[in-house]
Amino acid sequence: MSRVFKSFTKKEWIFLAVTIVFVIIQVLLDLKIPEYMSEVTTLVQTEGSEIAEILTVGGYMLLCSFSSLAITFLTGFCAAKVATKVCMRMRNDVYTKVSSFSMADITNFSTASLITRTTNDITQIQTTLCMGFVIFIRAPFMCIFALSKISTNNPSFSLITIIASITFLCVISILLTLTVPKSKRLQKIIDRLNTVTNEHLTGVRVVRAYNAESYHEDKFEATNQDVAKTNSFVNATMAFLSPFLSSLMSGITLAVYWVGAALISSSNSPDAALAIFSDMVVFSSYSIMIILSFMVLTIIFMMMPRTLVALSRINEVINFENNIHDGSKKNGDTTFPVALEFKNVSFSYGESDENVLENVSFKVKKGETVAFIGATGSGKSTITKLILRNYDVTKGEILINGINVKEYTQHALREKLGYVSQTAVLFNGDITSNIAFGIEENISTDRLNKAVEIAQAKDFVDKIGFAGKVSQGGLNLSGGQKQRVSIARALYKNAEIYMFDDCFSALDYRTDRVLREKLKSETEGATKLFIAQRISTVKDADQIIVIDQGRVAGIGKHRDLLSQNELYREIAESQLSKEELNHA
Amino acid sequence: MHSQENKTRGAGPNLGGPPGAGGRPGDKAKDFTGSLKKLFKYCGKHAVFMVIAIVLAISSAILSLMGPSKLAEITNLILAGMSDGIDLEAVSSIGILLVIFYGLSLIFGYLQGGIMAVVSQKICKKLRTEMTSKINRLPLAYFDGNPYGDTLSRFVNDIDTIGTSLNQSMSTIFSGVLNFSGALILMLYTNWVMGVSGLLSTLLGFSLIGIIISKSQKYFIQQQGRLGNLNGHVEETYTGHSIVKAYNKEEFVEKHFQEKNEKLYQSAWKAQFLSGMMMPIMNFTGDFAYVVVCVVGALLVINGSISFGIIVAFMLYIRIFTQPLATLGQSLTTLQSAAAASERVFEFLEEQELSQETNHTVNIKNIKGDVSFKNVAFGYKPEKMIITDFSAEIKAGEKVAIVGPTGAGKTTMVNLLMRFYEVSSGVIAIDGIPISSITRESLHNAFSMVLQDTWMFEGSIIENIAYNQDVSEDEIIEACKSVGIHHTIKTMPKGYNTIMSNATLSTGEKQLLTIARAMVKKSELIILDEATSSVDTRTELLIGKAMDKLSQGKTSFIIAHRLSTIKNADVILVMKDGNIIESGSHNELLDKKGFYAELYNSQFEESDIAS
Repeated sequence: MSRVFKSFTKKEWIFLAVTIVFVIIQVLLDLKIPEYMSEVTTLVQTEGSEIAEILTVGGYMLLCSFSSLAITFLTGFCAAKVATKVCMRMRNDVYTKVSSFSMADITNFSTASLITRTTNDITQIQTTLCMGFVIFIRAPFMCIFALSKISTNNPSFSLITIIASITFLCVISILLTLTVPKSKRLQKIIDRLNTVTNEHLTGVRVVRAYNAESYHEDKFEATNQDVAKTNSFVNATMAFLSPFLSSLMSGITLAVYWVGAALISSSNSPDAALAIFSDMVVFSSYSIMIILSFMVLTIIFMMMPRTLVALSRINEVINFENNIHDGSKKNGDTTFPVALEFKNVSFSYGESDENVLENVSFKVKKGETVAFIGATGSGKSTITKLILRNYDVTKGEILINGINVKEYTQHALREKLGYVSQTAVLFNGDITSNIAFGIEENISTDRLNKAVEIAQAKDFVDKIGFAGKVSQGGLNLSGGQKQRVSIARALYKNAEIYMFDDCFSALDYRTDRVLREKLKSETEGATKLFIAQRISTVKDADQIIVIDQGRVAGIGKHRDLLSQNELYREIAESQLSKEELNHA
Repeated sequence: MHSQENKTRGAGPNLGGPPGAGGRPGDKAKDFTGSLKKLFKYCGKHAVFMVIAIVLAISSAILSLMGPSKLAEITNLILAGMSDGIDLEAVSSIGILLVIFYGLSLIFGYLQGGIMAVVSQKICKKLRTEMTSKINRLPLAYFDGNPYGDTLSRFVNDIDTIGTSLNQSMSTIFSGVLNFSGALILMLYTNWVMGVSGLLSTLLGFSLIGIIISKSQKYFIQQQGRLGNLNGHVEETYTGHSIVKAYNKEEFVEKHFQEKNEKLYQSAWKAQFLSGMMMPIMNFTGDFAYVVVCVVGALLVINGSISFGIIVAFMLYIRIFTQPLATLGQSLTTLQSAAAASERVFEFLEEQELSQETNHTVNIKNIKGDVSFKNVAFGYKPEKMIITDFSAEIKAGEKVAIVGPTGAGKTTMVNLLMRFYEVSSGVIAIDGIPISSITRESLHNAFSMVLQDTWMFEGSIIENIAYNQDVSEDEIIEACKSVGIHHTIKTMPKGYNTIMSNATLSTGEKQLLTIARAMVKKSELIILDEATSSVDTRTELLIGKAMDKLSQGKTSFIIAHRLSTIKNADVILVMKDGNIIESGSHNELLDKKGFYAELYNSQFEESDIAS
């Protein structure tokens, strides 16, 4: 919680101070109303009171009531402003922090969890702050002031209030002890209900093919039963609260009057009796105010655990120490003949002792085309991630233009690279905003057209136009179309090194081939790295690097590898038949 | 996984204002009363319990309404005895009577709440059960046309909304209306002057609330929209983080985020502020009415037209009178979202179902496996036919390869064979029997199907393979051995009893499991969808072998990617843009020099292949 306060600006502190002062005034005003009531009572009971006197007192009462409402507007305004502003800032902080994360940092939290932290968690805090801000200040003051008013005047009446409060607290704690564990369990069962329904829905073809409809109905029914039972218990238990509260409040009033009757009958003067009588009217109001304060506090306390968890999850993000640090070099020697070099690179994710890459070394000359081939999980994709500095190597060095990637600023490093990921990532917008990604001014139509043409996306882009909508995640495009747009995005950028991470497999063989030919002729001079599974994709590369379980298992050209490298031959054979291999 | 978590409709952040806020717009139902009527009709099956609950609610309300007049009596007794001793005995007897009243009111109120809690859950449970069995009666077109997340959200969120509002709103509305009208009648009956002044002052407060509700609704809707906008941005930039980084666009996305965030703040504070005002205004209304009643009452006492006890009674009446107004507003908004939710639920339950099986009653058994297509025409939309007049004869044991670029509609064939979709015209027949006359169950039994999407459910490996078929453990182990996954399963901590979510299986290994699953089914007809790139080449080899084993000697339809499969096929169906554009054997098609020939040759055009 202290984080929230630390982030307050001067204006917000003033708002907070104003709120506190006014809430106190308001509590005093609210407590004043029953007092005026008691004055009215006395007036009515006193012989010869003037109607004007009663009207005056009534006028004061109304004044109190109005002022209290006006103050509520003021404090409500301050509270809403402060709470939403604080949360807006928190959201910005979290977002900016996350955007500085490396992929390693992201994996550390998981994307889904970071999304929840930036959105739902902060909304949860906002709700609590808005609701709790005033109540949190008001309720304690209310309790203290009201109790002190009662106790200074009459011990019997304060006893009633205390007994009522204790009863209330006891009942609340019993109800919560009964229901909280069940509610927690409920979360899990509902997750399970989700899982069971989801698997039924996603597998609907298989379910039908196997005539397994009733199998899933039975499975669902078991969970359904569990949800209904647990829910019934929790709701039925909590159903006690509301009738209990109204009975308690009625009970308080009854008790005050009953005790009052006894006190008056044992009082020794008519004046004392009248005093007690007017106290009665006031005190039943006070008692109810106290109980109500307890109630709203309970609601806040019930929200608190979730909010505190949300806060600590947000702090985790903000206080997280980034794993990747910036270098200082803005530019290297772009005429250096070796564009990329891996020197004995080993890498393992996190604390895992298993190396994903083991002592990998190779050199790529400027303008060369290099292809990496190997089984899934062999570590091919990791190579691009290390070049991008999504992760840092565990051992060895990666050099671009003869300079260690760690020495560049991340910005300068990535300016040199054009990267296409394995699964296409598109953003809400249009075709132009996705290809000229993040560029808002001076978009070159020539480059757009050229990128689209090389990426073999011309056909469908012509159909939908450059202003054609792309929905979130590119859901309105087919897999192949998405991939071609993301290739065009890389090509729009004038990069020194292009990296295509297995992005051709969503394309059919034909498109794959034409695209590679175009790339060759149109991006001459740029270094190109292909990660691939298909022999046909890699076979005309200047160098083919065969990766097996994180090690380099062979480097060479298609023909040499085919005759000399057993693994390469095995992969080739699994894709092409003997005669195809001997074709031509 | 996460995309589902975040896209499930309505599962998003809870924007609620304070508990007393009536300013939160639920989803609006298109037909508010119609949807509610359906829901009530549905509840009709529990009518007895609901009537009992209503009777209890009425009794509870009546009992608590008795309170104020009895308290007035006590007050009058006290005042009467101020000077010459109070009749404590009379006070006690009224007191005891009231304790009994309040006690009974508590018990009735609680019973009512408890019954409603149980009944509403019963209704929800029943709705969910019906929805699940509905899944099994819907045509596949429904699932292909509606996102899963949306249906899922009807199961979970919408039913939950219905449950909450049945449980809370129904009883609050009932006792609220009772308390409200009861208090009003009693007030007017006790003293009409004070009654009218109480009523008028309350109305004044509530017109204020009406204004606020309409104002805050606007901002809440705006807030909801802007929050959705912001969430979308967060979701896509976090998911695409690697791209944002690779293209150095951190500042760009941050800038956009800040803009959206600022906009959200602008509507959020207004929405929060206005909704935060609801409770205080209600309280003020209560206070205001209280003051008015007291002053008017005091004047009347001085006039001598009423006793002081009446004022005491009115102070309580006013509270009983104004309190339900506050909760009623809230309950109405809950009811509104319940109407929207039940509209969505009943919309699902009323979806058009698969045709009844009255016309297809043939059970096929011990089939040979001949499959014929005669002038088959089909389109997902009637106005857009994608297969027009397709005919082919496939003899038992033949292999059919379906090829074509991605997105060419290769799964259409699967959909038609399994009768997931019905042909528009023409006949597909197995052993000469039109499949349209065969029961779905026995048709499905005739096929073993392996899809690329390796669907597994939460359960042990053995359950996943046996999947609803009557097979022995030996047969399962045999199948796993022959597809080459036995060893992998054995190395898991609990072997074949490992629960799916605890088993670390690669996509390829899961694919092998689905083949084993198809194997133990021992059907005469096979449908296979070969995996493409998600599997590495060596596993692919293993899968290929397993698939060959599975389809050996059986009539098989294979959505093929491997050239060896394609070349060995007896019939190749070439698909493009949903159409079957060519069909024939490998050599026939090459001779045709059509699309297939081009597709096939594109691999080997480059002359340097192994030269």
